[in-house]
Amino acid sequence: MSTTQTVESKLIPAEAIYRHVIPAGEPWIHEIRRGQYFRIVDLHGNQAVDTLFYDAHNYGSRYSAQDTIRSQANLYLTTGTQLMSTAGAVLLTIVADTCGRHDTLGGACANESNMVRYAIEKRHMHACRSSFLKALVGWGRGMDKRDIANNINFFMNVPVTPEGKLTFEDGISQAGRYVEMRADMDVLALISNCPQLNNPCNAYNPTPVEVLIWDFWGAPEN
Amino acid sequence: MNHPSILWEETVHPGASWSHVLKRGTALRITDIEGGANVGALFYNFECPVERYNMPDTLKAQHIARLAKGFVLYSDMGRILCSVVDDSVGWHDPLAGCSNAALVKSKYGEARYQESRNEYYKNGRDSFLVELGKWGLGPRDLTSNVNFFSRVDVTEHGAMSYHAGNSAPDSYVELRAEMNVLTILNTCQHPLDPNPEYAPKPVQLSIRRAAPVEADDLCRLSRPENARGFTLTERYFL
Repeated sequence: MSTTQTVESKLIPAEAIYRHVIPAGEPWIHEIRRGQYFRIVDLHGNQAVDTLFYDAHNYGSRYSAQDTIRSQANLYLTTGTQLMSTAGAVLLTIVADTCGRHDTLGGACANESNMVRYAIEKRHMHACRSSFLKALVGWGRGMDKRDIANNINFFMNVPVTPEGKLTFEDGISQAGRYVEMRADMDVLALISNCPQLNNPCNAYNPTPVEVLIWDFWGAPEN
Repeated sequence: MNHPSILWEETVHPGASWSHVLKRGTALRITDIEGGANVGALFYNFECPVERYNMPDTLKAQHIARLAKGFVLYSDMGRILCSVVDDSVGWHDPLAGCSNAALVKSKYGEARYQESRNEYYKNGRDSFLVELGKWGLGPRDLTSNVNFFSRVDVTEHGAMSYHAGNSAPDSYVELRAEMNVLTILNTCQHPLDPNPEYAPKPVQLSIRRAAPVEADDLCRLSRPENARGFTLTERYFL
């Protein structure tokens, strides 16, 4: 087990300008402005939060898992990680993390990947990429399946071994743990609160998560 | 080299790009002529390019963080784009992505066309975008790529480091197309290659007809997931 460091935030939930609980299995899409702080809270523990970010002014520039892990030369996301775009820009920076480690290799579940991974008869089961599509179509502005990039899985534990194996482990998150980011540019955030029931990524019981936004450090908006 | 199944061969120059629609039932062998090459690669379903290579689906279906003989490349639609039917290397990097203009400039300095003509410095991202553009695709289609012949080591804590000497001269990897696959390649250096010199390597491409995929095919049997992946791919053509 690798050691993980946790960092707490000083921001107070009561001072957030936006709070929203994303029910289990639902998507959420929202703009976050440069300088705002964005927190995701794992309300009940061990809940994977599949997340994508886009440059709010140029959706063609979006979160890149490969650029993010390569630029920090580490596979796991935690405090200090800069979330990089395909254009080489920093979208957001993780500034606090009481979980300690987040995945960006495991991707999002889909009807089709569930058929491969578990059984062809599993096609009917609700999946993240359906949530992503629903939210993108609802958002409009020309976004569609081409915009479903390889995502972040906040609160998910997908260790890679030195021998080149990928394993899915029980989550290391618990109720109330959170990850917090500062937006380094105006971004569009897209979340699927994961409905997966075929593996332990949600402890076989998907639960709600909360998202909060603060306008800037220590000085809540009137 | 004159094997009867070979349809054609060509060389991709150091730092150059290449693209082609690999037809279902053909195979592409890539040979690292000098050793130490890197081939960045992206794959799309030619008939519907919104279906494309998916790094996470490929890794999690097979519980791998490397590519080698016996593994397959999955699309985001549960189908197999290509199978790695032969491979003398044993480890190809699916994680570290490609270089970009800023990275190449910071590592190697500048060499512009104005002074260097065709030896000007190329980078992986711009090379992908230009080659994608030839097929009507663009930045929204740029997804995680494979780096053939390169290896990145990962520690227990997730630290990544370039593994020098992974590919000897004449190393090869062979991809069998299971669909009609738009294949986009370039030979730009690996983004984590610590070599301070701009020194991309050439590769040889050889395209041949492949034997039909049998019931006991290595890639089909390597994982129960892959058996389902082949079934879903075969259904696409029914």
